[in-house]
Amino acid sequence: MYVYDHYDQRLIDERVAQFREQTQRYLAGGLSEAEYLPLRLQNGLYVQRLAPMLRIAVPYGLLNSTQLRKLAHITRHYDKGYAHVSTRQNIQLNWPELEEVPDILAELASVQMHAIQTSGNCIRNTTTDQFAGVARDEREDPRPWCEIIRQWSTFHPEFAFLPRKFKIAVCASEEDRAAIHSHDIGVELVTNAQGESGFRILAGGGLGRTPVIGSVVWDWVEKRHLLTCLEAILRVYNQHGRRDNKFKARIKILVKAMGIEAFRAAAEREWAALKDGPSTLTDEAIEHAKSFFTAPAYRSCDAATSDAELTALCQADPIFARWVEHNTVAHKVPGYRAVSISLKATGYAPGDVTDGQLELLAELADDYSFGEIRTTHQQNMVLADVEIDALRGLWQRLQQAGLATPNIGTLTDLICCPGGDYCSLANAKSIPVAEAIQARFDDLDYLYDLGPIELNISGCMNACGHHHIGHIGVLGVDKKGAEFYQVSLGGSQSKDASLGKILGPSFSQEEMPDVIGRIIDTYVDLRQEEETFLQTYNRVGIDPFKERVYASSH
Amino acid sequence: MQALIKDGKSATCDRWAPVQAEAEQAPAGHIATLSQWQALADKRDSAVQIEPGEGIEPLLEHLDALELVAVSFPVFTDGRGFSYGRELRERGYRGELRAVGHFLPDQVYYLRRCGFDAFQFADESRLEEGLRQYQVFSDAYQASIDQPLPLFRRRA
Repeated sequence: MYVYDHYDQRLIDERVAQFREQTQRYLAGGLSEAEYLPLRLQNGLYVQRLAPMLRIAVPYGLLNSTQLRKLAHITRHYDKGYAHVSTRQNIQLNWPELEEVPDILAELASVQMHAIQTSGNCIRNTTTDQFAGVARDEREDPRPWCEIIRQWSTFHPEFAFLPRKFKIAVCASEEDRAAIHSHDIGVELVTNAQGESGFRILAGGGLGRTPVIGSVVWDWVEKRHLLTCLEAILRVYNQHGRRDNKFKARIKILVKAMGIEAFRAAAEREWAALKDGPSTLTDEAIEHAKSFFTAPAYRSCDAATSDAELTALCQADPIFARWVEHNTVAHKVPGYRAVSISLKATGYAPGDVTDGQLELLAELADDYSFGEIRTTHQQNMVLADVEIDALRGLWQRLQQAGLATPNIGTLTDLICCPGGDYCSLANAKSIPVAEAIQARFDDLDYLYDLGPIELNISGCMNACGHHHIGHIGVLGVDKKGAEFYQVSLGGSQSKDASLGKILGPSFSQEEMPDVIGRIIDTYVDLRQEEETFLQTYNRVGIDPFKERVYASSH
Repeated sequence: MQALIKDGKSATCDRWAPVQAEAEQAPAGHIATLSQWQALADKRDSAVQIEPGEGIEPLLEHLDALELVAVSFPVFTDGRGFSYGRELRERGYRGELRAVGHFLPDQVYYLRRCGFDAFQFADESRLEEGLRQYQVFSDAYQASIDQPLPLFRRRA
């Protein structure tokens, strides 16, 4: 993974000093609430319903064991002993004291971490595939490009006061595991007819109250022009994005208003002035970034024997077998698999992880996966490089810590924002809805029979739980002061991305498990052979679901 | 006498008085609004103030004639002026580039990197703080006006 040199470290240290001074000035009355607001936001600090919330950056989801141990220490010492993995692959603390935030940032800086630009109207953490570097369907490792974008976007002087937040995602594989179509900019690594690799650049995707699928700005951009083309798009947005209405300020509204042709023309005018200038990437810069993401020292082993032994172990132990089947995926190196660690055990808020678990995960990362771990935008974690021979030992240790829930990709592996329990923006609670649904679907064999289903829950329009792109989406709404939930069906975050359609009138919290139950029953009754939920929905449409759900409840 | 930061030092400006937006023509010695400035027959040694939304396009033909471009920040959250400054410098403007209005002392460093060399706060009492925030970082990743080479071209 990327390792700071003295340039990176000095910048991070200077940021800590700057924020400490700003916080002191604010507490002494030298900065008003309104003035301190964007400054603290650009350091990840929100003021929430119950306490401040601090969002710590995990660049493209990559952490090492030293950083995990530091996070464990921080949650224990400065918070209540747990942290939360967000849908931007970041880590959130729910209970820090404002006065202590500069100290937390100093602790983070000591392990090459920070909270820079994790909120506010600026360029946020760039996200990518949690299986980057090990996926079999990968064209090229996306992480060097994420790191190049991270450096370019960090403290960018021109784009710190944008009309609204700005999110970039990078995909370099056949299957899109980074949801690039719902980002302000989506970067996709593609190959042209001559066999050269470059980028396709999308812009104007987004969720929130007006969900939009991104449009192609350029089908082909040479790699060395990556930063200048991003800069050109940002320049058009910074100057022309709406600033009169926060709900119309995202780039998706600008792209729609201008039309993609006019937007492209405007971006090309800006690009012409920047292209081939000093921000054009050099071969050395690209090689330098790539040098941090080389393959670890994989052990060469007899993959056939390993596979056979694993099969035997699975036959002997069905509980282990279902964990292997659901929580591990193929690896590009024979003899290895990537292991997903579900943070979706029923009874715990989705994405939450305790200090003790963080420490165990650090140990497991050291023992089984070259000292590294990843966070995922589905709010789980991944040990990407586990030897097949070691899977059983790893599973046993995960089980002891309650981290072996074998539900990856199933209905109960749901995405869920912190919601009204923590967030001051939320219209409704989301965690209790998630828990009630998880409790209702507690039969693993039934879950497996249902196949892959993505259930995404957001407590408000801001869509942190990505409800628009869930196969089943749940959105918390406020109806005359009471909390209600609107359900949508048919969303998808894959390459044929689509936005969910609203089922009908919203439901109370108590009704929700039954509503999901009826949707699932409809699918089970209507599915043909091996059809997934989404395939059935795409074939039959929303009406059968609507009839069944509303037949008995309204 | 108006107090401002110029080239990193506290200074006073007696050459140009603030914009008088209501006047049909810019009074002599006052910074012109964009429309007042566009009406000027002789743009030599002139001074103009750009508001958010006006853009820099109208200035491009006369960059050599301009002595001062003031970029207005009616509220500190409106970041359009950052792009205006940087683009003006990239297109070759060499005169004084002044941020005026309600920007924060904490924005001075980024504004400098975007090519601003003068800072005039609506509230003059913020000038000292602005000087303290003048160089809060010792280096930067990206190309900018004060450092045209991005770090990846300088890394050693």
